[in-house]
Amino acid sequence: MNFDYNEEQQLLADSVRRFLQKDYEFEARKKIVAGGHSEKVWGALAEMGLTGIPFSPDYGGFGGGAVDLMSVMEAFGEALVVEPYVATLMAARCVANAGSDAQKRAILPQVVEGKLKMAFAFSERGARYDLAPGVKAKKAGGGWTLEGEKVVVLGAPSAGKLVVSAHAPAGPSLFLVEAGAVKLKPYATLDEMRAADVWLAGAAAELLGAEGQALPVVEEVIDFATALVCAEAVGAMKFSCDTTLEYLKTRKQFGVPIGTFQALQHRIVDMVVAYEQAKSMAFLACSQADSGADARERMRAISAAKVKIADNARLVSQEAVQLHGGMGMSEELKVSHSFRRLTMIAQQFGDADHHLERFARCG
Amino acid sequence: MDLNYSQEELAFRDQVRGWLKANLPADLSAKIANYDELTREDLLRWHRILAKQGWVAPSWPKEWGGTGWSVVQRYIFEEECGYAGTPPLIPFGLSMCGPVLLRFGTEEQKKRFLPRIYNGEDFWCQGYSEPGSGSDLASLKTKAVRNGDHYVVNGQKIWTTLGHYADWIFCLVRTDSSTAKRQEGISFLLMDMKSPGITVRPLILMDGGHEVNEVFFDDVKVPVGNLVHKEGEGWTVAKYLLGHERMNTGRIGASKRELAKLKEFAAAQRKNGRSLMDDVRFRDKVSRLEVELMALEITNLRFLDRMRRTGQPPGADVSMLKIKGTEIQQGLTELMMQAVGPLAQPFKAVNGDAGFDAFTAAIAPRYCNFRKTTIYAGSNEIQRNIIAKMTLGL
Repeated sequence: MNFDYNEEQQLLADSVRRFLQKDYEFEARKKIVAGGHSEKVWGALAEMGLTGIPFSPDYGGFGGGAVDLMSVMEAFGEALVVEPYVATLMAARCVANAGSDAQKRAILPQVVEGKLKMAFAFSERGARYDLAPGVKAKKAGGGWTLEGEKVVVLGAPSAGKLVVSAHAPAGPSLFLVEAGAVKLKPYATLDEMRAADVWLAGAAAELLGAEGQALPVVEEVIDFATALVCAEAVGAMKFSCDTTLEYLKTRKQFGVPIGTFQALQHRIVDMVVAYEQAKSMAFLACSQADSGADARERMRAISAAKVKIADNARLVSQEAVQLHGGMGMSEELKVSHSFRRLTMIAQQFGDADHHLERFARCG
Repeated sequence: MDLNYSQEELAFRDQVRGWLKANLPADLSAKIANYDELTREDLLRWHRILAKQGWVAPSWPKEWGGTGWSVVQRYIFEEECGYAGTPPLIPFGLSMCGPVLLRFGTEEQKKRFLPRIYNGEDFWCQGYSEPGSGSDLASLKTKAVRNGDHYVVNGQKIWTTLGHYADWIFCLVRTDSSTAKRQEGISFLLMDMKSPGITVRPLILMDGGHEVNEVFFDDVKVPVGNLVHKEGEGWTVAKYLLGHERMNTGRIGASKRELAKLKEFAAAQRKNGRSLMDDVRFRDKVSRLEVELMALEITNLRFLDRMRRTGQPPGADVSMLKIKGTEIQQGLTELMMQAVGPLAQPFKAVNGDAGFDAFTAAIAPRYCNFRKTTIYAGSNEIQRNIIAKMTLGL
């Protein structure tokens, strides 16, 4: 039993935090958000090794796992980083887990070096959180073509390559598609990231992994990403608690700091308790996401974590705004931006209801 | 990072688990499982079984019978007892008076009381709360006046848990009413419950059970030798006890057992021709509680890990465990009552055997009884005050 980050993890988290405090503080972040993301920041993240953490040393990576990414994601959550980091890791993880050696060689080193950003198109209109694809894959000559639409593909506007889940004759399968081969309708999300609806429109595609065998791969990748956003949520919750506590100590009404009022004290205590409980579940999620445990055990742990994170993200974000009063509503304060990110994390990769159901199903 | 116990800790857990399986008397374990009331003899019997094994006071120094276990081993032991469903070890002697004597008592007091506490020869109770002093403990009024070689005590205590079983009571009393601060002038006294002038009156709770009492003191003579620490410095002792809270405040083990029982019980109930556990509305409540319990267990281990590494007492961490632990315990009793449905209503027979099932009839009273958990041992609102002050600096 040991809940400490090891020295390497701690050093990495410290340097990421130092970098973000300088280059991603709230004013700098505003400019980055306006442009979608920052190439300069992306380059720096790659230089720090962040784009290589979860990939095999065979392809230039560090062979780490979700536990190694946890402290990084917490730091991202505190700073509300909008870079297409999780999006890229998800798509690249599909390549790492399902791809041929040639595909891995062609793609992973580029990702590790920060030269290639990717996106994973798994979501479809009307499917909610169902991962079985409706997009059709057809054999065409020596390759494949894809027909149909994917929605809310995070990171698609900045991606060089997409991984797309589609239904092939043998069942759910994964495909690699050049971003230039599809039609994108990009937009900003509520939490200030960039995403797009993607029209495949007969785009040429390359099969990734065995035809018809993709569903377990997709589930594993989504679970992995879920663990990462759980850790990110913990960071955003920490920021929300810290900034609210600061506000309670400095904001004066009736001649005294509002933190002297017991009604408000009890509410922030409940926020902090919710943060600690969420953090515990992020530990669980990250330790189970790629532990090699059987799929059912992994899904049970990830779903339990996501239920708790979703519930507590709502509580912490709502209370942070409430305790800030009118200023909490204002776009000028970072707390309204952490509210937006936490609100979206609660529904990303399955909301609490979805995961309650899966949790019960996994016994 | 590693969420699991070490190999040695797992081996220790298995040893404890195996021993409990072999040594927990079946009739006691059945009483716990059936939510039956435990008698004084039941409680002492289990106490003595553990004392014989040498496991009754793990945190005490080895010379007084402690086990020398690490904080993690102590936690494992307590949670395994909860999970197995042993009778509780009544804390007033072992976890309260004992540690106070070890820290503040004279050699004579230690020799006189500690072995009897250890062996379950004396049953202790706690005299803190008074009718006018609940959360505001320092406002207590029970008075002790020095008269030669003894004190004369007058006043009243309330909510005295198991006072009707007790041989001894430790009390906070006011020995000086003229001090500037209310926390001063308080002393820590040990009293024989057989002393003339002590009267115990039962307070029956809404579940019909008798576990708490009022204790009245009417010119009770207490030898000066029964004063612990210095006269007027009882508040220091009381504060020491607060910092001495055990790490199993969350009661994870016991809640895990109750959760398993709830799932099994609910699965056997029918609703619209199907198992109640297939009813999404009900099942989601169970799942949310289970997830909260999973989170609390990890939170508890995180605090334990921190305590082990820093050597610092748990402080306000215990308050968090108390808030969440008691909410979960109450949630479990509430869902159990919901699971039993209309059969929660039969309570007690009025005229011979009424024929209803004793177990299902104990479920709703247990729900009633467990409302106490968020009130006792520092209400959950007081716990929030503690976190606000100690952790958040408000």
